[in-house]
Amino acid sequence: MVSAKTEIWQGTLALMILKTLETLGPLHGYGVARRIEQISGDKLCLNYGTLYPSLLKLEQEGWIVSEWGVSENNRKAKYYKLTRSGRKQLEREAKEWNQTTAIVARFFAPTEGQS
Amino acid sequence: MRQLRAWLMRLKGVFLKDGRERDLAEELESHLQLHIDDNIRAGMSPQEARRVALIKLGGLEQTKEAYRDRATIPLVESVVQDLRFTLRQLRKNPAFTIAATAMVALGIGASVAIFAFVDVALIKPLPYHNPSRLVYVTETTPQVPRAALSYPDYLDWKKFNTVFDSMDVYNQRGFVVSTSAGMEMIDGARVSAGFFRTLGVSPLLGRDFSAGEDLPEAPRTLILSYAAWQKRFGGKQEIIGRPITLDETPYNIVGVLPSDFHFAPVENAEFWTTLNPGGGCFLRRSCHSLNGIARLKDGVSLQAAFADVTRIARDLEAQYPDSNRNQGARLEPLASLIVGDVKPILLLLLAGAGLLLLIACINVASLLLVRYETRKRELAVRRALGATRARLIRQFVIEALVIVVVGSLAGLLSSQWAMYLLKGLIPTDMLAGMPYLNDLGLNSRVLIFAMAVVGFATALFSLTPVFRLANLDVREGMAEGERGTAGKVWSRIGSKLVIVELATAMVLLVGAGLLGKSFYRLLQVDAGFETKHLITMHVRAPLSAYGDDDKAVALGRRLVTKIKGLPGVTSAALADTLPLTFNGNTDWIRFVGRAYNGEHNEVNERAVSSDYFATLQAKLLRGRTFTDSEDKTKPKVVVINQALARKYFSGEDPIGQRFGDIDVDPKSIKEIIGVVSDIREGPLDSEIWPAYYDAFNQSPDTSYSVVVRTSQADESLIPTVADAIRAIDSRINISSQTTMAARANNAPTVYLRRSSTWLVAGFAAVALLLGVVGLYGVIAYSVSQRTREIGVRIALGAQRRTVYRLILKEAGALALTGIVIGTGCAIVVASLMRKLLFGTAPWDLTTLICVAAVLGGSALLASFLPARRAATVDPMSALRAE
Repeated sequence: MVSAKTEIWQGTLALMILKTLETLGPLHGYGVARRIEQISGDKLCLNYGTLYPSLLKLEQEGWIVSEWGVSENNRKAKYYKLTRSGRKQLEREAKEWNQTTAIVARFFAPTEGQS
Repeated sequence: MRQLRAWLMRLKGVFLKDGRERDLAEELESHLQLHIDDNIRAGMSPQEARRVALIKLGGLEQTKEAYRDRATIPLVESVVQDLRFTLRQLRKNPAFTIAATAMVALGIGASVAIFAFVDVALIKPLPYHNPSRLVYVTETTPQVPRAALSYPDYLDWKKFNTVFDSMDVYNQRGFVVSTSAGMEMIDGARVSAGFFRTLGVSPLLGRDFSAGEDLPEAPRTLILSYAAWQKRFGGKQEIIGRPITLDETPYNIVGVLPSDFHFAPVENAEFWTTLNPGGGCFLRRSCHSLNGIARLKDGVSLQAAFADVTRIARDLEAQYPDSNRNQGARLEPLASLIVGDVKPILLLLLAGAGLLLLIACINVASLLLVRYETRKRELAVRRALGATRARLIRQFVIEALVIVVVGSLAGLLSSQWAMYLLKGLIPTDMLAGMPYLNDLGLNSRVLIFAMAVVGFATALFSLTPVFRLANLDVREGMAEGERGTAGKVWSRIGSKLVIVELATAMVLLVGAGLLGKSFYRLLQVDAGFETKHLITMHVRAPLSAYGDDDKAVALGRRLVTKIKGLPGVTSAALADTLPLTFNGNTDWIRFVGRAYNGEHNEVNERAVSSDYFATLQAKLLRGRTFTDSEDKTKPKVVVINQALARKYFSGEDPIGQRFGDIDVDPKSIKEIIGVVSDIREGPLDSEIWPAYYDAFNQSPDTSYSVVVRTSQADESLIPTVADAIRAIDSRINISSQTTMAARANNAPTVYLRRSSTWLVAGFAAVALLLGVVGLYGVIAYSVSQRTREIGVRIALGAQRRTVYRLILKEAGALALTGIVIGTGCAIVVASLMRKLLFGTAPWDLTTLICVAAVLGGSALLASFLPARRAATVDPMSALRAE
């Protein structure tokens, strides 16, 4: 089930992007990639290139907007910014994610004696 | 919602490719720069920094590909690519593009326009409730297929039938009304009370006639047509209940009909009144003046209903042998009465337009085939580079779609124009009898038809090359280039298509030829009088002033004398019914002194004034005509036509013989004083019936036609004559002012034949052109394929003449096959349209020979040009060209 897997991966990646933009504010693609790698403690090793289709998808769906700007070390770069609906979407998705992980976590938690 | 937004963005992405690609490239570039800067800061050498950044970014092309897939919709994007490619190809080849789209436009325009007429006349249901259950009811006699009902017969049929839900009658009638424009004659109809209920139509305003309102003693009521309400009463609501005076009788307006209501048999009747049968005709079973309509009971078939009314007719015949002998019954669907005349012509035209469309499509298909052949190499290359067959097929489908869509849009626009043009060509008199044409236009049914045609054309155009594509051999395609076996294969298919085209053109040409010959024959028909320089108009004098016979005779004399005195007028006369109108208004006669067994000797009866025959320039064959002094005080005299003399007095001298009505009532006895040549009372294509002419002064009336013979220009004298009549009495209503030539020319039979002849001839001319162009294409292509071979032949000493013969033989074989097949088909088709022919056999030899000669000659001309090119081939350059 490759497609299902990629879909999950894409969904997760999207969530990570949104969260990154929420935390750090407007940021270029490279920054987002680095941030994701850092947060994951370099456990997640991704080809930076795969980020761009995801950014495009988020932009098409209206969660983020992009704009050309100048980076701190004076390089031209395209900056992505969370929109208001993107922020709400992030809240929703984060809640769902927490619920899902909580549920899944229960299954893997050491079994307690049932009363 | 979000999904939809994303899709729309992607769809937009399909068309904004360039900017986006540049944007992505820049973004990736800036990404790399940022990464390299970081790496350098971390202490790497610039080369190392760049290398690591590139590795980390991953495959650049994969990224771009994934990005592109996300940015657009891949399928749509490749279709758009094909579309752009196709448009570029078509732009590069304007001659092909214009020819192909023009042919599609022509075929679709003609067939859609004709179909729109077929739709309103034959497919769209009549504006009545459940119109398929309505039947037209009349009596029938051996001589008159549709004979009107008499009032007593109608009452008996209505009472004794077991098959109708209801049965009603109507007759056409004009009413004289005093309007601001003087005494005006307004078209109207009289109906029995249930008429509109039988049709299933309820008034828009006011009420329907109620039962019993059609009895003699009932107060007179009137329902307005929607048009009359708008035109004459400004569409005012308070019109209901208002009184109005028609024919000097007061009526009350009780209702207004809906705007979409029409009833073609009474043309544009504005006033609908109840029948209110008085005395006279309505009392007599032998006086037939009404037309019936009825609604069949549920589950009763037309045959069953016919059997039932036939039984009633037979009972009445037994009961009233004098009046009802040989009076049968006739039932037909109401729709066939309304569109029966135009149905075969419309179907003929539709078939003609369909054949034209076929030829146009075949021509375009063969153009596409030629194009395919010239693009063989390109296709083979694309295939070799990995294009799938589906992708190549899609390319052809898109090309076909572009041609068909552009062509059919142009076709639809021109069909709209053609419809109005064709409708505008119909004389107003005839248009009044075709109210259903008001709905003419591009409605949903016509559009569905157009879509079907478009679908057919697209399938044909895309499948022809696809069919060839199936056995495209990549190796052969690339090696062969432009010449060789594939070209021969095309020639084979192409020549078959040309044979079909030529055969179709032959069918259309023969059709046009036969119709043209029929029309010519019709115009050659002798009317029995001189139609040139003859003015006719209908007058109607007020009954209150001229109802008395003596006063009517006096008025007639004054009219004739006054008109005769006008400058430019040679003679003038009166007639109750004009020639070239119809056979009918008949009388049953019984000869004095002959055995009689109750048969109905049915003959036309006309009342005419003394100078009538001289004015028409009909020949007096024996005896004399009336004198002006022969009036009620003198014994009754008649003039008979040749047909009556031939039928009832063969080998006898009719002069001095007498006849009367079927009871030989002494008051009805008339003496024959003369025989005139046959004057055609009915349309030109009708038979000549036996007829007799009464003296107007012995049988006067207040409503009749005036016939005026002028020495020169007739049309300009019409107002003078009308003014002269009005000067006698301004209350006289004058209508139908025209010339006899115009009447003859605009008569429905003449008009329908003339217009269908022209239309089919137009189709045939275009078909001929397309067929010949198709033949030229095939031969020219074949010559271009054989240039090398011809060069070799000439180099080896072949004469130019031999080359000519070679090419012309090839063309001749095609043309001949087309003509032979076409002749066979044409005879079959002509037999199917036999009803539309007049005095011409479907296998008319002269027509067939002429058409074959025209087609053969044109084919020869078309193949002569490529043959000359072949014969003038320079062997050196032909051989070197490879």
